[in-house]
Amino acid sequence: MRRSLKRAAFLFLLLAAPALGGLSLPVRAAPVPDSFSDPAMEARARHLQRQLRCLVCQGESIDESGADLAADLRHLVRQQMADGKSDQQIEDYLVARYGNFILMKPPVEPDTYVLWLAPFLVLIGAGAVAILVISRARKSAGEL
Amino acid sequence: MIGELGQLALCFALALSLVMAGAGLAGARTEAALARNIAHGATMGMLVFVILAFGTLTYAFVTSDFSIADVANNSHTLKPLVYKITGVWANHEGSMLLWVLVLSLYAGAVAMLGRGGERLTSAALGIQGLLASAFILFILFTSNPFLRIDPAPFEGAGLNPLLQDPGLAMHPPMLYAGYVGLSASFSYAAAALIVGEEGWARAARPFMLLAWIALTCGIALGSWWAYYELGWGGFWFWDPVENASLMPWLVATALLHSALATEKSGAFRTWTLLLAIGGFSLSLIGTFLVRSGVLSSVHAFASDPTRGFFIMVLIVCAIGGALGLFAWRAPHLQGGASFNTASRETALLLNNVFLVASCASVFVGTLYPLALDALNGTKISVGPPYYAATFAPIFFALLLLVPFGPLLGWRRGDVKAAMRTLYPALGLAAVAALAVLAIASPRFLTGALAFAVAGWLLGASAIDMAKRKGARASAFAAALAHAGLAVTLMGVTATTLWRSEALDLVGPGDTMTVGPYTLRFDGVTQEQGPNYQAMRAHIALMDGARVSAMLTPEKRLYPAEGQETADTAIHTTGFRDLYLALGDERSAGHWTVRAYVSPLAPFIWLGALVMALGGALSLWGRLRLRVSAPAAAPQPAE
Repeated sequence: MRRSLKRAAFLFLLLAAPALGGLSLPVRAAPVPDSFSDPAMEARARHLQRQLRCLVCQGESIDESGADLAADLRHLVRQQMADGKSDQQIEDYLVARYGNFILMKPPVEPDTYVLWLAPFLVLIGAGAVAILVISRARKSAGEL
Repeated sequence: MIGELGQLALCFALALSLVMAGAGLAGARTEAALARNIAHGATMGMLVFVILAFGTLTYAFVTSDFSIADVANNSHTLKPLVYKITGVWANHEGSMLLWVLVLSLYAGAVAMLGRGGERLTSAALGIQGLLASAFILFILFTSNPFLRIDPAPFEGAGLNPLLQDPGLAMHPPMLYAGYVGLSASFSYAAAALIVGEEGWARAARPFMLLAWIALTCGIALGSWWAYYELGWGGFWFWDPVENASLMPWLVATALLHSALATEKSGAFRTWTLLLAIGGFSLSLIGTFLVRSGVLSSVHAFASDPTRGFFIMVLIVCAIGGALGLFAWRAPHLQGGASFNTASRETALLLNNVFLVASCASVFVGTLYPLALDALNGTKISVGPPYYAATFAPIFFALLLLVPFGPLLGWRRGDVKAAMRTLYPALGLAAVAALAVLAIASPRFLTGALAFAVAGWLLGASAIDMAKRKGARASAFAAALAHAGLAVTLMGVTATTLWRSEALDLVGPGDTMTVGPYTLRFDGVTQEQGPNYQAMRAHIALMDGARVSAMLTPEKRLYPAEGQETADTAIHTTGFRDLYLALGDERSAGHWTVRAYVSPLAPFIWLGALVMALGGALSLWGRLRLRVSAPAAAPQPAE
């Protein structure tokens, strides 16, 4: 259980990369059975695969998962890429079939406003309180 | 009989924890010296009985007493002794007993050290007693590790082989020492609200530091274990279980900083109390998430709700009670310190703003999908891209501000002077960014930025240390901890951005390349471990025609548990890891091998160790200060 939990999608820990959600990683094209010979296409495929969740696993993306479904989905992604579909079109197609659950990055919509806004609302709220506290403290310190 | 002994010990511990709660809280009144003595005695007595219960369970595991269900379900005669012992806490029931053991140890330390005066200590023991009694009740009613099965099986079911590992053996005790250690700060904060004592932040500081150090090490150990054990080369997964430990760490870090201001200049009195309550509350929520089964599915929780429901009630009582106490008593506390806008107080306040906001990101990211599913059945996934967009920028902003704190004076500081002092650090930041752009390929702006910040932090730490030359060792604690942040930042950035990866199918004599390295596959041999069979690959790291190192990743089969694990092989220079994992045999003699080259990967955990060392320096200074000069001690220059 721990294993599947732990193997949740990982690569995008961008502690150092503010707000750059979509940044491709310099991972070498792995010679999996179906891989693109064009490195740019392969990088795009890997990036896309990391954005999609393996539906039967626990928190793993289809890029990492060893499950059959993940392999099928990888194949499907590459098929559609070969057909010339854009990343957005491929994601839309999968969302239509499987719902938002398949997206590692939840879309911004009424259901997820709270999710996306809460951290920044807390930041603004805490910041406002901090300003209030500081202005009181400086008044009491006699700073002009 | 051994099982009954353990259960009896636990029942005595429960009775004593109730005495502790009653007497401890009664001892908060000035005249109740007798109650205080009783509370002290009950605490030590409870500690003895909890140790006895834990020892009993350990004995049952070591001797493979399969008449006890917990042992039969989680152990096996063929397991090496060390994993029989660690098996005690590698399951739900045993880990809850470890929880109570750690709580009791902290309670014992609170009683023995008696920091902050008799009344404060007594009230804190009372709160610890309440917590202990609730958790012992939880164990006895829902998670009893001493239950018998009849007939006893001849052999146990074994322990998940992933958990049979030295890193993971130490991970839970370390994490719990941190997690549960926050209970001491919680109890002191609640006690301070009851007694109205001012000096609680100072009294609780060693416990805060110890909990923070343990939590830092525990998280790092867990991450390191995931790195070498899971075979993906990943080190952090934003998995809810990991998040459950990260949230208390973020709040504990905020608490350490805020409590410093409270202690040194009397600022943020109520806020520090709230953080102490919040830190342990998040530990409780983390325990709920991990132990109730709610994570695997909201519905799994609903189908067997006893444990989850019990912890939920416990959480509501603990957090609700503490917040109620806070709402009732906090307004009576004297507040309103005075300081200028440019002051260390302001810096610490900003630290808290960003830490709390980053914790909010982890909190909603972890709990919102559960809440949404429970509310209207909508399923969403919150994966790493979410944290990259929310947590990362907030934490990044915090890192930018870190160097100013230690250089600003209390109450009245000078930002311009601090900035002048920091010019060399700014220079180092520029050098680091340019060096990264020149050396690393491909070029990433984010990589350059992150290394600039790392340079900025390291430079500032060096400047801070130089300024404190000749001071006592604990004066360097903050500089060291902040330098550790920079080290971890470099490791995380380099590994994430510049990792090379290869997945090849190789037969004997074949070579494969990963990053700049050439590997030669020399075949696979069968090996017999104590309780597993291994397929061991022999892979040579080539230096031209010469073999410069042999790596032996394994695939292990544990017959007792019927599970396979991958044992990775890592060749490290300290500055990069070459990481190999053996995959499947596709055709006779031909295996898939996964290889990664992760630049600066060891820095991730080295940085955590440096942070923990910083904490340890501070703790050492605190304890020494008390021993050498209890009364009119000079303030340590922290």
